[in-house]
Amino acid sequence: MIDWNPLLLTFKLALITTILLLVISIPLAYWLAHTRSRIKPIAETLVSMPLVLPPTVIGFYMLLAFSPSNAFGDWLDQWLGIRLVFSFEGLVLGSLIYSLPFMVHPIQAGFANLSPSLQNASYVMGKSKLTTLIKVLLPNMKPSLITGIILAFAHTIGEFGVVLMIGGNLSGKTRVASIAIYDEVESLNYAAANTYSLILFGITFIILLMVYLVNGGYFTKFGRDD
Amino acid sequence: MVVTLLNLVGMIEISLQKILKSSTGEMKLDLKMQFEEGKLITVYGKSGAGKSTLLMLLAGLMNPEKGYISMGENIWTDTQNKIFLPPQKRNIGFVFQEYALFPNMTVRENLCFGLGKGQSKNIVDKLVDIIDLGQLQNRKPNTLSGGQKQRVALARALVNKPKMLLLDEPLSALDQEMRLKLQSYILEVHREFGLTTLLISHDVSEIIRLSDFMIEMDQGKITRQGNPAEMFTNNRVNAKFQFTGEIISMVKQDFIVILTVLIGNDLVKVIANDQEATSLQIGDKVLIASKAFNPIIHKIS
Repeated sequence: MIDWNPLLLTFKLALITTILLLVISIPLAYWLAHTRSRIKPIAETLVSMPLVLPPTVIGFYMLLAFSPSNAFGDWLDQWLGIRLVFSFEGLVLGSLIYSLPFMVHPIQAGFANLSPSLQNASYVMGKSKLTTLIKVLLPNMKPSLITGIILAFAHTIGEFGVVLMIGGNLSGKTRVASIAIYDEVESLNYAAANTYSLILFGITFIILLMVYLVNGGYFTKFGRDD
Repeated sequence: MVVTLLNLVGMIEISLQKILKSSTGEMKLDLKMQFEEGKLITVYGKSGAGKSTLLMLLAGLMNPEKGYISMGENIWTDTQNKIFLPPQKRNIGFVFQEYALFPNMTVRENLCFGLGKGQSKNIVDKLVDIIDLGQLQNRKPNTLSGGQKQRVALARALVNKPKMLLLDEPLSALDQEMRLKLQSYILEVHREFGLTTLLISHDVSEIIRLSDFMIEMDQGKITRQGNPAEMFTNNRVNAKFQFTGEIISMVKQDFIVILTVLIGNDLVKVIANDQEATSLQIGDKVLIASKAFNPIIHKIS
């Protein structure tokens, strides 16, 4: 039997990352879709950086920043009792940055595609911005939200470089499935590596298939209402 | 602004300046108008004249660079004193050109969404009744026809009992029959709820039928204003009969030209002489009037 811990850890990481990203990305995407601020291009660039930057670069700088041997990491450790290097919390933070564009982009596109009249109609009916967002805007961009959720989840499952840099390979703490595969191959344990790989292969196939089914309108209840 | 202190109750005062950026370059919107509450006013003009912007500014969905809007004693916008009442607090109804119904809600939910906290649902039932939405209440907007959607949008705009109703070309996408029906609904609710209504329209017969007062805009400025029937006829005729229609075809025969004119749903053939015909072309809106003579009258119902 294989050790199930790396797989469980992977899904726990993906789940927590996805939930936190959803909470962060809705206001961020709303702002990006509506702002005319001059810093918008810079903000958009930063959000998109993880798409092209090698994950090891993100991991490397996080490792430097959060290591207790330098000022910031030391301050976190001493004052807040948080150690982000070689811990699960550190993995979550790394994954948030790494998967941010996969959540923000679909949601931002969703906001941009909604007719501004929907929002205007709600405002003149006396509804606040928050009520309008929750009752009018978000329910009418479900496909975008679902796409964001699925992509962020799937992308976090596939993470390797960031995790290896900042989390290392601690069993039960930071050894996620992708690391476990690498570890098993290194110890020439191909059967176990194959089992992990097959499971990840199957799961990511199903997850991405769902994205295309949702966006193709094959699930009518998620279909766009226009 | 001194005028604000003398502002009369029951008057609506608008003075707005804003630079508009469009595909054809910059245009300065510069408007000043004043009218009594309770009137139905039409705004007429070419597309790009700034009509929709005027409604957005009134609703508080846009901000002028300089300006002042007051309705009775309430000041909505006053850039000099940095007053800007948000759209939520202006108590207006707005019917958008593309309906803007919420696709995730049924017709009834769309209407109920406009209710204030603790407001009774009686108003929804009353509107459903007046605008004949009984059959449609549980349908989702994307299953409705254009005319049905526009009726729902009209009803929805009235749920929070606004004092002012803004209509942005609400009927332009509808066929003639639907138009006439919607026009009666608009007139009915305008009177029933004592509204001040601003309507953007391109349709001459619609304007003459509905409005008390008309404003013509071009390039962001008011070019003319006054009584609609007088404005379209330029006071030149004193007719017993007059209709407006659109020229569908022109056939020249010797010294005369036979015009086919679409008036409402009817095609009417009229004769024009050579001289008259030179200023006309297909697609023109025309007024056809005839002075007193003995008409034939058939009772049809």
